[in-house]
Amino acid sequence: MDDPAQLSEYGKILIVALIGILLVCATIFLAKVISPKKPNPIKLSTYECGEESLGTAWIQFNPRFYVIALVFLLFDVELIFVFPWATVFGQQELIQADGRWGWFTMVEMALFLGVLILGLVYVWRRGDLEWIKPIHVTPSVQVNIPAGAYDALNNRSYTIRDYSVSETTVADAVSADKVDVKPKIGFKPTFRKPGSTS
Amino acid sequence: MSLENQLQNNGVVVAKLDDLLNWARLSSMWPISFGIACCAIEMMGAMAATYDLDRLGVFPRPSPRQSDVMIIAGTVTFKMADRIRKLYEQMPEPKYVISMGSCSNCGGPYWQHGYHVVKGVDRIIPVDVYVQGCPPRPEALIGAFLELQKKIEKESVLGESLFHPKTAKI
Repeated sequence: MDDPAQLSEYGKILIVALIGILLVCATIFLAKVISPKKPNPIKLSTYECGEESLGTAWIQFNPRFYVIALVFLLFDVELIFVFPWATVFGQQELIQADGRWGWFTMVEMALFLGVLILGLVYVWRRGDLEWIKPIHVTPSVQVNIPAGAYDALNNRSYTIRDYSVSETTVADAVSADKVDVKPKIGFKPTFRKPGSTS
Repeated sequence: MSLENQLQNNGVVVAKLDDLLNWARLSSMWPISFGIACCAIEMMGAMAATYDLDRLGVFPRPSPRQSDVMIIAGTVTFKMADRIRKLYEQMPEPKYVISMGSCSNCGGPYWQHGYHVVKGVDRIIPVDVYVQGCPPRPEALIGAFLELQKKIEKESVLGESLFHPKTAKI
């Protein structure tokens, strides 16, 4: 391996990387050369499942989501640690090797979860999980007309159009008019006599 | 296929560049995954395990930017027509359209009284292959792709870009 004419193992990786980059560049260049280019305004527009794209993608996000997302991520990652622990915890060989194994792992995981739950309690007590709702104030205007002036309008009974099925059916309406039009025959077959020439 | 026949001769292939490009293109026709109505169920069936359109290189893509073929699988309503037109325009050249089923061919069962149906998708976009049926069986869709392969085989992509289009199309 000390022969300078020979490539080291790193040199082989370098050659693979160089050829890889070269091939990718060549493919992209080839596609650029031979691909047909017919741009038009619709083709260059943003793809949004065939819909017209509306507004900007840089919309403002409520910062209150940030804390919730962070706490969620914490417990999401915690669960990832719990799964491999569960497989080790239940291993029969380790329990048989030392009887205290089960308790040891149990206490260890309880410590881990306890620290995280302590964090959750801290966040909860601090009020970071509280969703502060905006207070809606109904605007009111001082008017001199008393509300009772509208009672006559509000308490009047209005007639609503009746949507129930009427008694006269379509068949009755047609028979009443006595429509007597013979249906037109669309196709009239004509027969040619066997002896005729026309 | 001429290229496959040549592969038998000592593994050496002599081909025109056009043939090579066409072979590459017809071996990987990627349709945009786009189903409108019940024909789409048959299209899904054709792409799933039983008929396996993937063996012809047909593999649905979720974006028109990556797709070559558009399968109009279903009833084209007037509301959908705008979207179809837009999606078709957003596909890169060269692009092909398969009209699948009676509805997209001519309006199908809605040809007379369907106030909401475009009477044939070829009124909004050019169609290369029509598949008859209501809905067509997956075999019919596979047949459409085989027909499209025959069409692509005769085309010349380089002719259009390297030479003047009018002289190339003689």
